[in-house]
Amino acid sequence: MQLSNRLIKWLISGPPLVFLLIFFVAPSLIMIVTSFRLPGEFGGLAPLTIFSEHTSIDSGLTLETYQFFLSDWIYLEIFLKSFFIATLTTIICIAMAYPLALLIANSPRKFRNLMIMLVVLPFASNFLIRVYAWMIILGPESTLSHVINHILGVLGLEPVTLLFSPFAVLIGMVYVHLPFMILPLYTNLEKHDPILLDAAQDLGANRWQQFWCVTWPLSLPGIFSGSALVFIPVLGMFAIPDILGGTGDIMIGNLIKDQFLGTRDWPFGSTLSIMLTIAVLGATVFFTWLARSVMRSP
Amino acid sequence: MSLIEIRNVTKRFGSFVAVDDVSLKIEAGEFFTLLGPSGCGKTTLLRMIAGFDAPDAGQILLDNEDIISVPPEKRPFHTVFQSYALFPHMTVAGNIGFPLKMAGKSPEKIEQRVTRTLAEVELTQFSDRYPHELSGGQKQRVAFARGLINEPRLLLLDEPLGALDEKLRESMQRELINLQADAGVTFIYVTHAQNEALALSHRIAVMNRGRIEQVDTSATIYNFPVNRFVADFIGKINLLGAQVIAVSTQHLTLNVSHLGEIRIPSKASVNVNDKGVMAIRPEQVNITALDPHTPNDGKRVGRIRDFLYIGDVTTYIIELADQIHIEALLANSVPGQAQLFEIGDPVAINWQENAAHFFPD
Repeated sequence: MQLSNRLIKWLISGPPLVFLLIFFVAPSLIMIVTSFRLPGEFGGLAPLTIFSEHTSIDSGLTLETYQFFLSDWIYLEIFLKSFFIATLTTIICIAMAYPLALLIANSPRKFRNLMIMLVVLPFASNFLIRVYAWMIILGPESTLSHVINHILGVLGLEPVTLLFSPFAVLIGMVYVHLPFMILPLYTNLEKHDPILLDAAQDLGANRWQQFWCVTWPLSLPGIFSGSALVFIPVLGMFAIPDILGGTGDIMIGNLIKDQFLGTRDWPFGSTLSIMLTIAVLGATVFFTWLARSVMRSP
Repeated sequence: MSLIEIRNVTKRFGSFVAVDDVSLKIEAGEFFTLLGPSGCGKTTLLRMIAGFDAPDAGQILLDNEDIISVPPEKRPFHTVFQSYALFPHMTVAGNIGFPLKMAGKSPEKIEQRVTRTLAEVELTQFSDRYPHELSGGQKQRVAFARGLINEPRLLLLDEPLGALDEKLRESMQRELINLQADAGVTFIYVTHAQNEALALSHRIAVMNRGRIEQVDTSATIYNFPVNRFVADFIGKINLLGAQVIAVSTQHLTLNVSHLGEIRIPSKASVNVNDKGVMAIRPEQVNITALDPHTPNDGKRVGRIRDFLYIGDVTTYIIELADQIHIEALLANSVPGQAQLFEIGDPVAINWQENAAHFFPD
């Protein structure tokens, strides 16, 4: 009985375990090792060389790429800029998603599923197509550009280019990641017991106080999970800055992509990937800690 | 002047009339109960007093001033909800201090009052706990403390003991009576449990289908119900089909099915030939053993059909005729004895003349 139970447990958890070992653990290990190697002359990795005078085999491991990463401010600056964009995107997403999630959660039950379906509907079309659509919307010949530049002209200001700017990157980031903030927030808000707002009002809280003393603190877990779902992918995103950003709007993701596909410097790309992973882990730990410290009760 | 006056209040939900032309006066310091079956409109009436719902017609007056346009947060009333509605993200101290915080009291003043209140409801050592870490009775006490701390003119209680088990409910009832007496706050208490209403209240309003059937003290309502609904809803009562055969200034004479002619105290607006029911409480029915060999000269007789022993009392079901029963409740005052009669025993039934009531159909 006990044996068969154990067997079933292994049979169920075995396949995903094997999958993760092959496609997550092994590549991660390869990446870690690669980051301590040197790039080859024509890309890839440098061959292991034998130093004859010492008759010892070089381990082939070096800290050079890490030294290189720290030697130039530009990389740290790109990291900081990526963090800044991810933070800003998260904050804008919270500000935009909150009223919408609140509206959906307070709608009659029969409309809620329809509204949620509308929120996730954009996922039905390809991510790149949606980002390219923004290229047209923000392009110099678009109606939006004409209207904005006309208004600026009336005000006596210089015309602006919307596309290929940090502004365009931010719009793309917010647009793509907004549903990931709305969904956890809605799931949280929908579970709030409306009697708590009645109780707060009954005990003297006006609408504003009802929100800040009851709804907002109870929705923090939803905000934290939404923030993790937005912040982490934005931090590593390369497609949106590639398509909508200018040459100066490069983020960590672009840097890593360039190392592998452009300059073919695998060790440095691996180093950057590890740095990004550490940053993401740090962000996750931070969000979890924040969630725990603010919400001690469930 | 009454503290609260409800004048001809009506509330409809679509075509359903939840509260139908209700008028009530509640005095300061009273423990007043709205009692009725579920759906009778008692909770709707409470929500209108609290301000969550506005009446479709009528007035609600506090100190003779209409408060219908005053929002709930501005009314000097607090509510204890059936589900307690404690804030899950606040500690016990945070919950209890909430009304003071909303009232704009200083942090020092809040802390001082909360500390005192926690001691009063014996929750001092739980002050840093969250609601989910408390037992049902403790949550209940936090809810009471939160409702009373800012000294409301009126505390509204919506079936607050409904979620507790019976033993706890009894001790909380005593605690509630003491709490009300100590705080001197007027209570309006909503419940469907008639024994709870009888035990707690100074006065009870019995509601049915949105209307008030009777408003009086517990003892008057129990002993002198004004109609069949009140008689049937409060406590247990025997109802036997009857017809009026004679009316005098002091008495009504009824022809009760299977019991024959019975005299009861007179009652206004009852005429000869009126049909209805005779009602009598089980504990007011006396039964005595009947010797089968002596003639039962004019006694009302029956046969023990069944009995229900529940420890302190035993209910005897006496068959008068086929399918016609009357219940009698006897206290088991003799130690070691479970029942006074066996199934099948012939018994004589009687009661004091003023114990029986007549309710016309």
